[in-house]
Amino acid sequence: MMRHLISAADLTRDDAVLILDTAEEMARVADRPIKKLPALRGRTICNLFFEDSTRTRISFEAAEKRLSADVINFAAKGSSVSKGESLKDTAQTLEAMGVDAVVIRHSASGAPYRLATSGWIDAPVINAGDGTHQHPTQALLDAFTMRRRLVGRDAGLGQDLAGKRITLVGDVLHSRVARSNVDLLHTLGAEVTLVAPPTLIPVGVEAWPCEISYDLDSVLPKSDAVMMLRVQRERMNAAFFPTEREYSRRYGLDGHRMAKMPEHAVVMHPGPMVRGMEITAEVADSDRCTVVEQVANGVSIRMAVLYLLLGGNEPAAAHPRTEEN
Amino acid sequence: MSKILIRGAKVLGGEAQDVLIDGETIAAVGTGLAAEDATVIEAEGQILLPGLVDLHTHLREPGREDSETVLTGTRAAASGGYTAVFAMANTFPVADTAGVVEQVYRLGKESGYCDVQPIGAVTVGLEGKKLAELGAMHDSAAGVTVFSDDGKCVDDAVIMRRALEYVKAFGGVVAQHAQEPRLTEGAQMNEGVVSAELGLGGWPAVAEESIIARDVLLAEHVGSRVHICHLSTAGSVEIVRWAKSRGIDVTAEVTPHHLLLTDELVRSYNPVYKVNPPLRTERDVHALREALADGTIDIVATDHAPHPHEDKDCEWAAAAMGMVGLETALSVVQQTMVETGLLDWAGVADRMSVKPAAIGRAEGHGRPVSAGEPANLTLVDPAYRGLVDPAGFASRSRNTPYEGRELPGRVTHTFLRGRATLVDGKLA
Repeated sequence: MMRHLISAADLTRDDAVLILDTAEEMARVADRPIKKLPALRGRTICNLFFEDSTRTRISFEAAEKRLSADVINFAAKGSSVSKGESLKDTAQTLEAMGVDAVVIRHSASGAPYRLATSGWIDAPVINAGDGTHQHPTQALLDAFTMRRRLVGRDAGLGQDLAGKRITLVGDVLHSRVARSNVDLLHTLGAEVTLVAPPTLIPVGVEAWPCEISYDLDSVLPKSDAVMMLRVQRERMNAAFFPTEREYSRRYGLDGHRMAKMPEHAVVMHPGPMVRGMEITAEVADSDRCTVVEQVANGVSIRMAVLYLLLGGNEPAAAHPRTEEN
Repeated sequence: MSKILIRGAKVLGGEAQDVLIDGETIAAVGTGLAAEDATVIEAEGQILLPGLVDLHTHLREPGREDSETVLTGTRAAASGGYTAVFAMANTFPVADTAGVVEQVYRLGKESGYCDVQPIGAVTVGLEGKKLAELGAMHDSAAGVTVFSDDGKCVDDAVIMRRALEYVKAFGGVVAQHAQEPRLTEGAQMNEGVVSAELGLGGWPAVAEESIIARDVLLAEHVGSRVHICHLSTAGSVEIVRWAKSRGIDVTAEVTPHHLLLTDELVRSYNPVYKVNPPLRTERDVHALREALADGTIDIVATDHAPHPHEDKDCEWAAAAMGMVGLETALSVVQQTMVETGLLDWAGVADRMSVKPAAIGRAEGHGRPVSAGEPANLTLVDPAYRGLVDPAGFASRSRNTPYEGRELPGRVTHTFLRGRATLVDGKLA
């Protein structure tokens, strides 16, 4: 296992499958009355959030607490950072206080990589989303959700997503979720298609291991999972598309479009959803939509990542897997 | 002033000859020269060039003396073999008045390490709105002939047109930083495969090329000359080549780093590779080398851009753009142009001394190495191989992209009007 988790592209197939399998073990903990493991007892993890993100921060915090780690939450707003302190000084200050791992969210692409590789600190660094670059735990929880739904909770153990057809729709240009998912899904053997207006696909995308389409309707019947990406309304003002309504008509997922998907296919969304923009309430609230599962799975995945990176010295699960078969 | 005899140097890379300097002037060039009262420099195997001229240097003074001063910048220039540098106008305050350019000019005189020719801003405060007093800067003691808003593009087509026209009255030239501002909002690196992967805002080639295309057409329309700063893309090369074939009076420069480095280096997210215009692709690098060799690109200019450590020791988006270059320029040109067979040493002298002096009207620089000429000279040991160690730089800043990299060649001596500013690689 690697020392840091910076990019989904850094994970091998075996790394990724190990994380998914470990997350299944972690998920069993959530089904118990006492949702806590002693694995990271005595370890201190800092959630270093330079960018507002309540849901990701809470998900990491829940994962850390379920592993019995001590948690420090650092939000840049109102801190020394807002007074001009550098990333380097902030990180070194935290490490001096005895932090064993840093979970970082930053608006600058590459900030976690810099933190991990510049010799500023020694602690493992976990990327909780950097700019428009990567959000690897999101990609892992998405893959975990897909594997459960498309392969099976038990049948999926040890398996990847070979041959699954995954479609991502929306603002690829500004999306770290899209980049992470393309990398990880490709590693796991899935066939990925990105659908967006050409304005929201980056120049240089031709090097990505995926297909590009501008036509959602033609791709839906060939999709095992369709992930809708959030589209910020402000993009309209920068001429990425003419109006919100036109975007919804061409690239939004409504009940009519969902009916074109195969029976078994699921609808995913990394959240937060903009209902009425990229997804209608009818779709968001349907049984095929996995948004709430994704949130629950996020905690399991983050537990698995923290456990594997920090090399917890207690067994991950109190009961070996064989007892439950 | 004493006499100096440089013995056995290959003048412009040709036959070994002796060069006798008497006072500020080259007294004789030939074989078997003798002068009993001269200091002798044994230069066997070394190349003698006219002192290098940099048309694009940021000396940072006044205003950012934490990154460079006129004194430290000119010491860096002498270390790199330069005898004249043109100091860019984006200081604090901006060099947009006779007062500021005269200050920089005076500081250059006081430093004594190389001639400093200030560049004047085209527009007040580099804001692109109102012409600065170009005539006053020209008429000042600094005698400004090159005008540039470098760091910013003169993007208003009417302002650019007027500037091109206006400076004709006194033989001036506008040096354009070609960057269409709307296409480069939030730009962090070259737009392409690497930016798509890294999630960094793209700086598309077309943002440079569209301005160059516009400006060469403007120059043609009003019959002015125009100079293009730090040309960085294969497409820009094609436009300049086309413009020259039409007889448009355009000149262009390329930086050493654009001749060697590509945007692949940005994968490290190390801001030492953050520069404007950004590092481009391998294809661009090859096009730039070819263009410098065939004369489409006239000169090499460093865009020496010092920044303090803290402005690079941070995340990519927060970092300043720019690299120091005066002390490594000749080595990079040797590696990319001479050792690839694209340019001989006479060609290097042309691109790094003769042509830049001509574009900037730097009197006494870029002259032939022959008797009667001012003794502005640079002696290079091309066989030297060494790792770049920024700790040894004369520049106040250390933001070099070449740290730890092996580069060929070393400037051993620099002479400014007969006075050695660099002796055996050490500042005099």
